[in-house]
Amino acid sequence: MSADRERREILIATIADLLDGIRHVAVGASSPIPAAGAMLLRARNELCGKPPVRISILGSQAHNFFTNGGIELFDCAAQGRVDAFFLGGGQIDGQGNINLVGTGDYPTSHVRWPGSFGSAYLYHLIPRVILFREEHSPRVFVPKVDFVSARAITPEVPRRGGPYALLTNMALFDFDREAGGFALRSVHPPFTPADIMENTGFAYREPEVVCETKRPDAATLALLRGRIFDELAETYPAFARTMMRAA
Amino acid sequence: MTEIVGLEALAARVGPGQSLAIPVDGSGVAMAATAAILETGISDLKLICVPISGLQADLLIGAGCVASLETSAVSLGEAGGAPRFTAGVKSGAFTMRDSTCPAIYAGLLAAQKGVPFMPIAGIIGSDLLNVRPDWQVIDSPVGEARKVVVVPAISPDVALFHAPEADRAGNVRIGRHRELADLAYAAKRTLVTVERIVDRNLLESEDSAAGVLPSLYVDAIAVAERGAWPLALWDEYPADEAEIARYAAMARSEDGFRAYLSAFLTHRKQVA
Repeated sequence: MSADRERREILIATIADLLDGIRHVAVGASSPIPAAGAMLLRARNELCGKPPVRISILGSQAHNFFTNGGIELFDCAAQGRVDAFFLGGGQIDGQGNINLVGTGDYPTSHVRWPGSFGSAYLYHLIPRVILFREEHSPRVFVPKVDFVSARAITPEVPRRGGPYALLTNMALFDFDREAGGFALRSVHPPFTPADIMENTGFAYREPEVVCETKRPDAATLALLRGRIFDELAETYPAFARTMMRAA
Repeated sequence: MTEIVGLEALAARVGPGQSLAIPVDGSGVAMAATAAILETGISDLKLICVPISGLQADLLIGAGCVASLETSAVSLGEAGGAPRFTAGVKSGAFTMRDSTCPAIYAGLLAAQKGVPFMPIAGIIGSDLLNVRPDWQVIDSPVGEARKVVVVPAISPDVALFHAPEADRAGNVRIGRHRELADLAYAAKRTLVTVERIVDRNLLESEDSAAGVLPSLYVDAIAVAERGAWPLALWDEYPADEAEIARYAAMARSEDGFRAYLSAFLTHRKQVA
């Protein structure tokens, strides 16, 4: 239980670090860990007098300032007013393409997932898309996705958006848009670079020395276990409860 | 003029073979009306989810009412995947028209503006373009020289949603859920269920009128208390998570789904 909480706290703190410098982050539905990361950044900026951070959490009333209906997030992204967003994927490949549709032959897929949501559009328009997928396994991280819901790189059209990083239960990767692939940045304790290699189905660059993902410091943990889980409880009561109970 | 009718009469206005547009969970989903529509034994619906759906689409699919499905996703949210949708895709029970959220809004916007298509940013490079031959990539005919995706207008035969209240003239309070207005502008006919009909005129002040869909766009209204249950209705009641989880578990099998459906329809009749 406590290991689970620690794992999640590392993910949340890592997300806050990845978001550093942004003005507006949007968080999709059913994403408690990204939402907590965004709230941590907002609280941290507030406490140290850095520029304020806006957060739009889909499905929340308190943390959502949109008034123009479901289309507003998409219009806002097209206008360059959303700096960061999170996408996942049933499959993610080494070129950064994501599959939210299914495996096997389309349309009668072998495994069918809910669908592409806004990914095909938002991937083009939001500069800092953080790919977040907790399960780190070869069935998720594949050489080539069976269906491209959203493509990471499209030289045929100008775009400001695309993948920025990939965060999993085991590691953090950077995405290099020039090279069109991932590079391992850090590995979460207790995993090793060999574990990452074994569980990743695509090729990626690995530095000579792989860092350990930074554990959140005492001040960050205090903020998380207090204010952040309180704020999170409005949208994700069950998740916030579990985290607070474990703390 | 907007007619105020009974729930069964409202449901009878949705006919077989029609395209039916429905909003995302939490926006105002007409679940009581969906039960009444299921009771009519409707078939061959062309369901359009704006831009995604959950329990409502899964029930209609499981009951065999859907011939084609246009959506960006079907999911029960925290309760997991939508079992009848997933099974239906695999068995080819309906024609699947995979989309992406803003493309559905763009199609509705084209219909709203009376033009045959709408250009939309992004999407290029996605396999959606391969499975949606009705979407095209064109060279922009004006402005910046670049490729752009165009999607055809979506003009649903019927839009159906649930809202907290309407006045006697048929004006409907939709709050900031402007996607409900987007649905109504684009649809040929709009059917709305509400928690209650109020005596005051919702257009009487700027404050109240700002969150209102005028009766011009509304063909018929029926009262259905707790009409979104087990889904949430903003400012009125939260989702019944336990009920949705119960559905998610039961609908994993065809038999379980049939049992749930039968109980759901009985429950709705008792409430009505």
